[in-house]
Amino acid sequence: MKALSQKRRHPLAAVALLLLGLLLTGGLYAAATSINDAQATNAAEAYSASDVEEGERLFVANCATCHGINAEGSDAGPSLIGSGAAAVDFQVGTGRMPMQMSGPQAQKKPAQFNDEQTMQLSAYVASLGSGPAVPDEEYLDVEQGNIARGGELFRINCAMCHNAAAAGGALTEGKYAPALDGVESRHIYAAMVTGPQNMPEFNDSNIPPEDKRDIIAFLKNNESQGVPGGFSLGSLGPVSEGLLIWTLGLALLIGSMVWLTSRSS
Amino acid sequence: MGEHGNGGPNSGAVIKAGEGRSSGYAIDNPGLPPHRPRLSDADEKAAKRAERQVSALFLISIIGTVMFFVGYFAVGVTAGDLQMLRLQNTLLGLGVAFAMLGIGLGVVQWARALMPDHEVIEDRKPLRKEADRAEAAQTINEIVDETQIKRRPLLRNTLIGAALLAPLPAVIVFRDLDRSEDFGPERMRHTMWEEGVRLVRDPTGTPIRASDLTVGSAVHAIPETLREVSGHGDRLAEKAKAVVLLIRMNPDDFEPVTPGREDWKYEGIIACSKVCTHVGCPVALYERHTHHLLCPCHQSTFDAAEEFKVIFGPAGRPLPQLPITVDDEGFLIARSDFTEPVGPTYWERG
Repeated sequence: MKALSQKRRHPLAAVALLLLGLLLTGGLYAAATSINDAQATNAAEAYSASDVEEGERLFVANCATCHGINAEGSDAGPSLIGSGAAAVDFQVGTGRMPMQMSGPQAQKKPAQFNDEQTMQLSAYVASLGSGPAVPDEEYLDVEQGNIARGGELFRINCAMCHNAAAAGGALTEGKYAPALDGVESRHIYAAMVTGPQNMPEFNDSNIPPEDKRDIIAFLKNNESQGVPGGFSLGSLGPVSEGLLIWTLGLALLIGSMVWLTSRSS
Repeated sequence: MGEHGNGGPNSGAVIKAGEGRSSGYAIDNPGLPPHRPRLSDADEKAAKRAERQVSALFLISIIGTVMFFVGYFAVGVTAGDLQMLRLQNTLLGLGVAFAMLGIGLGVVQWARALMPDHEVIEDRKPLRKEADRAEAAQTINEIVDETQIKRRPLLRNTLIGAALLAPLPAVIVFRDLDRSEDFGPERMRHTMWEEGVRLVRDPTGTPIRASDLTVGSAVHAIPETLREVSGHGDRLAEKAKAVVLLIRMNPDDFEPVTPGREDWKYEGIIACSKVCTHVGCPVALYERHTHHLLCPCHQSTFDAAEEFKVIFGPAGRPLPQLPITVDDEGFLIARSDFTEPVGPTYWERG
């Protein structure tokens, strides 16, 4: 300390002090901003006030008839308070909402809103009450997923409704579990978290985000592999196979019987 | 056969129209329609064409067999290469189909177009008299007499004994397919669940807190003690009996409970056996809004709000409900085993 105090009047002392100060503030600032970034992505609530405002305008114009002017719900549609951004992203992003017609279940159709509008609607609904957020990119990266584990989780939690080949299946009274091929990873994720329509909810304490990523990785891998066994007939099992053999197969048999017993010209 | 005596195979009809034998019926037997020669009978060119058709079909069969061998030997399938596997499967399937169909269709076309097609009448043998029947009975009696089975009861009795004993090895062999000590229907009566056993997630084995289940959640659970079962086969057998579906509903949605079941659920959390009471398929198609559980095999539908009562389909009784509660740490545990056997109704239960 003595040496330091002796040199404090050195001509270069001011320059050294300045440099030190700059380094310190610069470093702190960098650290602070990266923490902020991290918080923003973790919460995935990076919506601006104008997004919420624009989303509310879209909501009042397109959704309020059924869901109520303040999203409080009505006889025609449930309350959306606390549904969260993920639910909106799924329902609007896959075209299920606005609903095409009333029926046992909202059907997938071309999306009615573009990505920005969907994001704004999500922002508005997310602002009403906390709910599942749109998933982090990290959990949609199938490269990091464990396909074998995903397959096991899928067979236990999902395959009974969505079919072992993810080809979908029928439920009661006109409801059905849709096929999962061609569904975007974020929508698969959102469906698990929010449990749309009659699907049960698989929240993060039941299936952690990493396990959800494994399931998505399994589905995407399944999709890319094709069907090595020939015609899959929709992978629906005895229904489509039986229909084929009872129509085409029997027709072929009857046809060959007619041919066998007919006279040659 | 036998009424086409002389002449070539295509020498014409054996019986012409109007030549039917008078039968005493109101309408005379009109006999066969006039024989119409085929194109290949009259025209050598047409016959040649038919010949080419048949040999082309046989050729297709040959090509099919070659395709099979190309697919089998020439297409190399390495592990994970599904494109080549698909090509191989296609070649094997189409190859065998062509090989069989080619021969079959070729032979049929040969018979239709080239082989003789003259009509033949074969009369039904007239029914014979009582004498014939007596003759047959006598033949049988003679055979019985010749075996001397009536005169030599020792032969008869030892034969009966041998025939009765002979199937017994099969019974023993089938019985020995399962040598476990608790063999018999009793083992289906109990599962691994007992008081205090934690419900853990299938397949990860992590315990489940009541707070982990939000309304509308469905969790597939197994007993925590399952991991202590040694032997893969035994573990699977125990798991198959003990699998449980946990769901959390809005507590207001439940119908009034049967007396004695008041403390079987925890808040809105209710647990049931996943084994269908019809033929044992896993019932797990849960609809969160209708709280219906559907069995994928025969569409039996159970209502979770009414203690899993059957509301549609062939199942004979409700899914057994597992009584649950939480332990000191907030994890879900069983209060006891199922109070009735899980799975399809077996004979003792009527």
